[in-house]
Amino acid sequence: MTAFIILLVIVVFVAIFFVSIYNSLVRLRNQVKNAWSQIDVQLKRRHDLIPNLIETVKGYMKHERETLENITNARSKAMGAGTVPEKAKAESELAGAISKFYVVVENYPDLKANQNFLALQEELTSTENKISFARQAYNDQVLFFNNKIEMFPSNIVAGMFNFKQESFFELEDKAERAVPKVSF
Amino acid sequence: MWEQIQSNKKKSIFLVITMGIFLLIIGALFGEYYFGYDGFMIGASFAFIIFIILSLISYFAGDSILLSVSKAKEVTDKSVHPQLFNIVEEMKIAASLPVMPKIYIINEAAPNAFATGRNPNKSAVAVTSGLLARLNRDELQGVIAHEISHIINRDVLLMTIAGIMLGSIVFISEIFLRSQFRIGGSSKRYNSNSKSSGQGQLILIVVAIALAILAPILARLLYFAISRKREYLADASAVRLTRYPEGLASALEKISSTDLDLQSASKVTAPMYIVNPLKKKGMKLSNLTSTHPPISERVKILRSMMYGANYKDYEAAFQKATGKKSVIPPGVLKENVKAEIREAGAPILNLDPKSEKRNLGDLMMTMNNFLFIACACGLKLKIPPGFGTNKPEITCTKCGRKHEIKVTQSD
Repeated sequence: MTAFIILLVIVVFVAIFFVSIYNSLVRLRNQVKNAWSQIDVQLKRRHDLIPNLIETVKGYMKHERETLENITNARSKAMGAGTVPEKAKAESELAGAISKFYVVVENYPDLKANQNFLALQEELTSTENKISFARQAYNDQVLFFNNKIEMFPSNIVAGMFNFKQESFFELEDKAERAVPKVSF
Repeated sequence: MWEQIQSNKKKSIFLVITMGIFLLIIGALFGEYYFGYDGFMIGASFAFIIFIILSLISYFAGDSILLSVSKAKEVTDKSVHPQLFNIVEEMKIAASLPVMPKIYIINEAAPNAFATGRNPNKSAVAVTSGLLARLNRDELQGVIAHEISHIINRDVLLMTIAGIMLGSIVFISEIFLRSQFRIGGSSKRYNSNSKSSGQGQLILIVVAIALAILAPILARLLYFAISRKREYLADASAVRLTRYPEGLASALEKISSTDLDLQSASKVTAPMYIVNPLKKKGMKLSNLTSTHPPISERVKILRSMMYGANYKDYEAAFQKATGKKSVIPPGVLKENVKAEIREAGAPILNLDPKSEKRNLGDLMMTMNNFLFIACACGLKLKIPPGFGTNKPEITCTKCGRKHEIKVTQSD
């Protein structure tokens, strides 16, 4: 009888232990999903801002058709992308097209003084930032989740219920990262 | 990642508990002094009740009290300062806050900022107009990141509790000291009644008075120590969020380069701000008694970060810049996140003093419900609230064009 009770207690404890690990895995996976949806919201916001931007600058930049077309094309490509790596690639192309556009803007002082354009530029800059901060937060969450899946004892529960590692949202442009930092 | 802040919390909670015990001992000792040997329970419970009442008030109304004594006005209209709203949202995303913090503006020329709110679900950041007028985008981001860090590190709650402890200790000691000198006669009578314990009484009086004088001082030092540590940690978290130490560094420099005092700040609220708002009022404070680490040191640490922007990098920079041992709690240092420093977002342009002043003036007028109309001749008409209630029209003082005044004021 005593042996049975002890056994029962052990079983109950193990069960509670496993359930809590399972729950924390689910919680982490939801956090990853939530972080991803944050990125999605901001990417969508960027896609929405671009037509406004083109509309505002069109009158000023008649000779920069190619630059503007590049942005429009990159935008439609990014909107069609499906998987995470595909999205990452398309979005960094779009970001590249936009930053090229900013370089060209330097030649148009009138445009730079346009209040509408300045307001749009602030929105776009902020959206860019929000994307990279959301990516930062997403990668943090993915790291926690993947660590949990790999580490003992949660790896057992993860294996039993088929939790899969999530992939990081990496930037394609490795050259950009290699720029040496200058300290002041 | 933010879970690891917990380990730091433990240390701080320990400090707060120490202060709490301190408070109880003082209460007990004073109680014993007044009511004899059974008095220590009365004294301790008196101290405890004061503490509980103050805690409840500050837990439920602390943030609104703080915001109203600082004369901060809530801003819900993004058009007042789109950039500020954007930056707060950026930091909300970076810190994975569940909701957007409320935004308050203090209409004062001295640049400063603080955060409040007992948990990430109910938080607010307040900045002065002077701050908004002086800082560029990256700098403002650094400041907001520092404030949001106070929220995610739960510093606001901790500092409030510690502040209340300090307040209670000062309060009780004060009561004791005052009554000591006012009703000195009555306590003497008590002494003469119990001659047998005369010497014991004398020792008790001396100890109690010494404690009443020393306790507030010690409690203050402890409080300042917690406050300084929290500032370093918030700097580290801010860089971890923005990945751009230079933004915060140059913001701190700009803020400290003005010698304007914040009129709405007091000694009590001073530790809440990003830099000490009382530069002129406060005497030259030594390291031990200041609520904030010296700005030059904070800037030096931030500028020594060149390899990365995570906590480990801050710790290394701290050791290099100050020669001191450690500032980041070991639990936080364990996190293994690679954080590369990003490029400057906006060009660091320093506004000339004239346009800085104009920015400030415009912003303060916006806060006071002024209306702006840009005339075609290039003049910006600034219309005070209530103008044109009879005839919604204004004539440009430069070119004579007539403009319609659209009254859109809600409050």
